[in-house]
Amino acid sequence: MKKEYVMGNGAIALGALSAGVNVVSGYPGTPSSEIIETIQKYPHDGLHLEWSVNEKAAMEVAASAAYAGARTLVTMKQVGLNVASDPVMSLAYIGVKGGMVIVSADDPGPISSQTEQDTRMFAEFCRIPVFDPCSPEEAYQMIQDAFVYSEKYKTPVLFRPTTRICHAYASIDLAVDFTCEPEQFYTPHPYEGFVKDSKKWVIFPRLSYANHAMIEKRNPEIGRDFSDYDMNVITGNSKKAVFTSGVSYAYVKEYLKDYEDIRLCKIATPYPFPETFVLKALEGVEEALCIEELSPYIENALLRTIGANRLPVKVYGKLTGHVSPSGENSADSAAEILAGFLGTAARESGIDLSDMPALPMRPPVLCAGCPHRASFYAVKKAMQELPDKNSYFCGDIGCYTLGNAMPLDMVDTCLCMGAGITMAQGFHWTDPDGVCFAFVGDSTFFASGMTGVVNAICNEADMILCVLDNSTTAMTGHQPHPGTGRNMMGNAVDKVSIVKVLEGMGVKKIEVVDPLDLASAVRTVKECAALPGVKAILFQSPCIAISKPAEKMKISGKCIQCKKCIREIGCPALIIVDGKVTIDKGLCTGCGLCSSICPTAAIVPDEGGARHE
Amino acid sequence: MNKDILICGVGGQGTVLASKLIAAAAMNCGNTVHSAETIGMAQRGGSVTSHVRIGSNAFSPLIPKGSADILLAFEPAEAVRNLSYLKKDGTVLVNSNPVKPTTESLNDTGYDGTEMLAYLKEKCCHLMIIDAEKICAPFGSARYFNVAILGAAAGSGRLGLSSDALMQEIEARVPAKFVETNKKAFLAGIAYADSQYNNGTQL
Repeated sequence: MKKEYVMGNGAIALGALSAGVNVVSGYPGTPSSEIIETIQKYPHDGLHLEWSVNEKAAMEVAASAAYAGARTLVTMKQVGLNVASDPVMSLAYIGVKGGMVIVSADDPGPISSQTEQDTRMFAEFCRIPVFDPCSPEEAYQMIQDAFVYSEKYKTPVLFRPTTRICHAYASIDLAVDFTCEPEQFYTPHPYEGFVKDSKKWVIFPRLSYANHAMIEKRNPEIGRDFSDYDMNVITGNSKKAVFTSGVSYAYVKEYLKDYEDIRLCKIATPYPFPETFVLKALEGVEEALCIEELSPYIENALLRTIGANRLPVKVYGKLTGHVSPSGENSADSAAEILAGFLGTAARESGIDLSDMPALPMRPPVLCAGCPHRASFYAVKKAMQELPDKNSYFCGDIGCYTLGNAMPLDMVDTCLCMGAGITMAQGFHWTDPDGVCFAFVGDSTFFASGMTGVVNAICNEADMILCVLDNSTTAMTGHQPHPGTGRNMMGNAVDKVSIVKVLEGMGVKKIEVVDPLDLASAVRTVKECAALPGVKAILFQSPCIAISKPAEKMKISGKCIQCKKCIREIGCPALIIVDGKVTIDKGLCTGCGLCSSICPTAAIVPDEGGARHE
Repeated sequence: MNKDILICGVGGQGTVLASKLIAAAAMNCGNTVHSAETIGMAQRGGSVTSHVRIGSNAFSPLIPKGSADILLAFEPAEAVRNLSYLKKDGTVLVNSNPVKPTTESLNDTGYDGTEMLAYLKEKCCHLMIIDAEKICAPFGSARYFNVAILGAAAGSGRLGLSSDALMQEIEARVPAKFVETNKKAFLAGIAYADSQYNNGTQL
């Protein structure tokens, strides 16, 4: 026995290791990234682990491994499931032999995502089962069960934690102490290997038709099976009942711990809906309240069940305006809704803060010394020097989305992974004289940027591709990617060169610049702006979280307090103390961008000053 | 023991390490512990919180409003921002050194934390103001703020965890080359809390 204090994502990883998972693939995305990182930290000899180039690749790698009978785990965030939707929709028809669990982490709020989509809806759309854990402890057990159900019904299954589960910490009791017995801790699941059978593994319309019928017959059976699943739980007995799932269950429990007689139904398997179980939960109930996040999934399923069985039960939730249709729930919002529904006491309030002073806003910004700031500034400067040109700045997904913040204000659009490159082309077709920029990070370029460049070449769009190459996947916690030369198996591998990729595609103008060399970066941008066709500029400088220049900067006596540095680049290390521009030594990395724009050359390296360790 | 501790600050101040040390120390003293962290975009200079819930009576990963026993704030405005989580007779331990947001340098509103500290004094019946800059002056780096503040919190006696238990976790969890200085910063924090008591602070 060993206790481990881990993040929810760690609990998912440990559960998958306990299940003997053989192949694990995924693409980083908050809040899912730590699952794969956790697996790397624990004994896993015999397991294949990879950060795939994107979610679609991850899904396909895991799919064929599962055809061979291996247990496979695929991890991504909810919008990653959109990228992988092509393989997963078809895979749902084909099915698997080995257990295949697809973790798609939802992000109510949203806290760090583009959408508030609900993976439970996706599961119903795909017609595959979905598991919805309510705590890290439950996730640890449930993911092991998910492999068993996947194998029992020969179907991939979805597993959808939400941010508050992924990033909550709890202690997990492991059966084996991996520090003493690494081999007992992880035992690969034995599998047969791929058995060729083109009638089974090759998707054709006729097979899809037959399998669609099979799936529709099977899913109600799974729903009945789920009705006996021990993580679907009913407690209490009252005429007013509460239906909930996921982390909302924890919020509800936080209030109902003082009202244990209230009928509470936790649905851990939203699809296929465990109708027999839910009918049992509805016995003697006159009013039901659904507290869930994202879509009113349980509420709709409950309404269907109540309608089909002609039960005299009123249902309240998102559809009736009792629960917020968007954003995340909390123990506080749940308490308020429950008190209203049950007619019970409101929770005790805290200190009266009605006279609270105005608080400083803290929007996230690019880190002090981030090379992206220099890249954006170089492009901004160059286009300011070409005032007769209209310019379009298409952003993308990554730290550099923060280039939208004032004073840089260099992101006009951001839609989804890789979109900036193709959207720059759309702007070209609506304004052929404009200069259309796409800013994309190195990891995003590999994930979904390359096809966009090919699209520009063959359709003759004029655009400037700016690859902000900081040699890592920074936003999600510095995962390796094809350009970094190392992988999750711990091996040094050939780096995929972005320059050679672009050359191979036929991009004729490719420039590599150091964004911290401002004059040369500005010159390069202006040069590219004057040329037709697809131009690429690689702004190469490592993420400051990985490597920092040695010497910090200081403000010398030459400073005339014009504050140009603060007004134009907005580095968090440039602050005003007692009315004077000052360098925050704790934040400065010594990138020197501020010194290159200072009109009086007042910002100089702090020789002999504090250095980075 | 049942105790809800909310740790708040600005991304980059090291709240996550403080939360890990508290959680690990509480766990090693035989408690059930849950916690939750802000991870992702907000870590880039935004407001961050760590919720540590000690005891088996906690369900929600986040502390419900009006029920935190302790607010351990690394920054004055962040203390005020999260004050709604504190229960009426809860304790606030706050670092007095403000972190100005980048937007503050662009449009100077004169934020320097003093208004926040005054508000805390008015609202909180149990308040200790910690000058982390002063505690860390001998160590030459703001890098040790988090452990110094943790030391002061331990010294205040309000955490419900012994200094020894926390010290053990510093030894176990801080990268080897920084352990010695972190231990010194932690002890300096404890001494600072003692001096506050000696100067008449009552919690």
